[in-house]
Amino acid sequence: MLKIKVNNKDIEIEEGLTVLQACEKAGVEIPRFCYHEKLSIAGNCRMCLVEVEKSPKPVASCAMPAAEGMNIKTNTKFVEKARKGVMEFLLANHPLDCPVCDQGGECDLQDQSMFYGVDKSRYKENKRFVPEKYMGPLIKTQMTRCIHCTRCIRFATEIAGVSELGAIGRGENMEITTYLEKSMESELSANVVDLCPVGALTSKPYIFEARPWELKKTETVDVMDAVGSNIRVDTYGWEVKRILPRINEDINEEWISDKTRYACDGLLNQRLDTPFVKYNNKFDKASWKEVFNIIKAKINETDNEKICGFTGDLNNMETLYIFKEFFYKILKSNNLESRSENIYLNPEKRENYLFNSTINGIEESDFIFLVGSNPRYEATLLNARIRKAYLKNKTKIISLNNVGNLTYPYEHLNGMSETIKNIVEDNHEVSNFIKQSKKPIIILGQSVLLSKSGKFIFDSMKHFLKKNNKINDEWNSFNIISENASTVGSLDLGIFKQNSGYNTTLSNLQNHKYDLVFLIGQDSLSFKKKNEFVIYQGSHGDKGAEIADIILPGAAYTEQDGYFTNLEGKLQKAYKASYPPGDAKEDWQIINNLAEFVSNKKLFKNKDELESSLLNYLNLSNNKDLPNESNDTKDLTFSNEKIEIKNLDYYYSNSIARASKTMFECRSEKNKLKSTGTEG
Amino acid sequence: MSVKKISKEQPEKFEFNATNNEIAKKILTNYPEGKQQSAVMPLLYLVQEQNENWIPLAAMKYIAKFLNMPYIKVYEVATFYSMYNLSPVGKNFIQVCTTTPCMIRGAYKIVEACKEKISKNENELSKDKQCSWVEVECLGACVNAPMMQINKDYYEDLDKEKTLKILDQILKGESPKPGSYRGRVNSEPENNRKTLLDVKNA
Repeated sequence: MLKIKVNNKDIEIEEGLTVLQACEKAGVEIPRFCYHEKLSIAGNCRMCLVEVEKSPKPVASCAMPAAEGMNIKTNTKFVEKARKGVMEFLLANHPLDCPVCDQGGECDLQDQSMFYGVDKSRYKENKRFVPEKYMGPLIKTQMTRCIHCTRCIRFATEIAGVSELGAIGRGENMEITTYLEKSMESELSANVVDLCPVGALTSKPYIFEARPWELKKTETVDVMDAVGSNIRVDTYGWEVKRILPRINEDINEEWISDKTRYACDGLLNQRLDTPFVKYNNKFDKASWKEVFNIIKAKINETDNEKICGFTGDLNNMETLYIFKEFFYKILKSNNLESRSENIYLNPEKRENYLFNSTINGIEESDFIFLVGSNPRYEATLLNARIRKAYLKNKTKIISLNNVGNLTYPYEHLNGMSETIKNIVEDNHEVSNFIKQSKKPIIILGQSVLLSKSGKFIFDSMKHFLKKNNKINDEWNSFNIISENASTVGSLDLGIFKQNSGYNTTLSNLQNHKYDLVFLIGQDSLSFKKKNEFVIYQGSHGDKGAEIADIILPGAAYTEQDGYFTNLEGKLQKAYKASYPPGDAKEDWQIINNLAEFVSNKKLFKNKDELESSLLNYLNLSNNKDLPNESNDTKDLTFSNEKIEIKNLDYYYSNSIARASKTMFECRSEKNKLKSTGTEG
Repeated sequence: MSVKKISKEQPEKFEFNATNNEIAKKILTNYPEGKQQSAVMPLLYLVQEQNENWIPLAAMKYIAKFLNMPYIKVYEVATFYSMYNLSPVGKNFIQVCTTTPCMIRGAYKIVEACKEKISKNENELSKDKQCSWVEVECLGACVNAPMMQINKDYYEDLDKEKTLKILDQILKGESPKPGSYRGRVNSEPENNRKTLLDVKNA
């Protein structure tokens, strides 16, 4: 511990802190532009100057390590004069266009110039002008405003792992740009918009939309992938204007992916705002009563066993829970499924479908083995964490398949399932890596579970890890990456029906064994409709609605309160930021009303009752892990095959993203890069 | 200033020739393992020597791949330093020093000569596209001021007449003798020694 003085107040700090961090510990705020907690230190804006006793010149506190006995002063005339000087230089070339700048109201330079700015400029020369740079469909540039803090460059190089931003020229001619103005090829690119302390990099889709003080801010969680990033949704009336990250060190730190941030314009398009009924292959608007009448008649004329239900990728757990209650209690059917593909699932233990090592745990790991997964697209923030681990500990990373650029170097094997067989039979160098590693992480992607050898790989790998004591009370090295926000929640609620791990409801549906099909936000089923009567409930007119006979308009994730469980099994609540459009209702309400209509009895009196019942169910079910798990790997059948990584259409992975114009632009930009061969 | 504007006409491909490839590989060995990217500056200079004194974009890509580093990092270095030219400057690149000592000794006469013989403006190619000139800051030969540098050679103790002569030769494709044009050896004092007279071999 070091003893230092900040503004004549004695404090004790750990070793290795900078003067700026020490001041923050003492509760003194230091103005800064270039310094950022999560990035390397640059020390080039000079705004954080402080006075240190015995030092003749002011000291840049962000780059100066705190030392024993330092006497730091931040509120003297000397410091103020120094900072005023710096601010005057920064403003010498900064345009006075705050009224037309999107950063206005949340601009660091604007805020700090209120304290340190001089009202008049002594700079008589012309201000410099920098032409706009193209950085892709997400980032709008106005480089005349740039103060060269280089935060964006450091973010791209360090966190995103794509060295595409740089500073060209020098002195007054320095400009921030991408190589030949190519768009930035990262799924985290838009975070530079948040990092930019001025209005040089602003959000292109949000250009001239609103001022920050006009927006209603709701803190909630994201559903674009299974990571469950913490976000803040900013709304203006009904419209979701933008989505920003919220700090959660355990999950997304300070970042969110581009899909999380910009798919929100999909909430405005393709919305289902009234019930529809299909007559002669055309959808007609209808009232809730009309559609309920038809559904009731259909339910009454259909045999219980001929009814099935599929839940979707973006449903909150309340919806899933009430839907299950509806099926079990009112329809008396258990043909319920949340998996849209024939994915292997071993539901004996909760750990069989979770990312058990946790996202934070990645940083502690010393060996990571990816099996049939491309985490860059399947869970972008998790991939960023792997990169962080690689930078911090030089973690060894091996992937079964060659999955292209993952933003960190890795070795890849041949992609055959036989390699896994060799590994679990202790005949491969990877077996030794796993055994020698203290905290290995083995990540199974959905592509593996989807393959024919899914069961074999899952069970034998788990068995191998158990045998070598890599799954114990302290560390569980066995991890599954789920791709969708409601995957883990659905499995927690038991929304699946399986026969030795595989999806029977889906195969029955594909064999046309059902007459009445309920789809709740399920848009990715691959099945050819024959005579089935399909009821689709959801927020967007997407693939599910296309095949429906009746459409019930539901709410999107920003329009209702609801729980989501992320891939680590963390339960988080999303809050209502907006309300469903038109006649649309919250999902749980629709099912509750339908239940009342069909059986004259509501399932739940109100949302509170539903919520407490849901939490009760989760408490009970999460503790009911079967103690004796079958450890038998003898009856596993093995087939040698190449594990194909699912080609995930990153920007088009769910109905909201598919309705988003911005995502469409990102996708075509990406395809353009691919076709010209300039990728990577 | 040197030409920092990227040329619109770019060759499609760039590759080191056999000799330069050898040199480049030798340069790489000057740096410790894992720090090979530091060789970016000498390699860019090598490109410039091979490619008539300028660096095309294709060459930056080539160097980036050669050193396994992002394109933008090479681009940053190439745009930062004034000794890298990013547009064609001709086979004979003339740099006239106009910093104070040279200026006092008549550097602008040399500039005049360049304007007459080569082109009206700096960074502008001569009619046969073989030559261009530029004003630069101190080249470190103040004792022999005024001076200019043609490609790798220094031409010192000049005046307008001598410069015109040299430029004529250059434009004809000859290579005039570098060094002092007043018969001095290196930077010895004019009209014999004036100090340390009692030391024999000073």
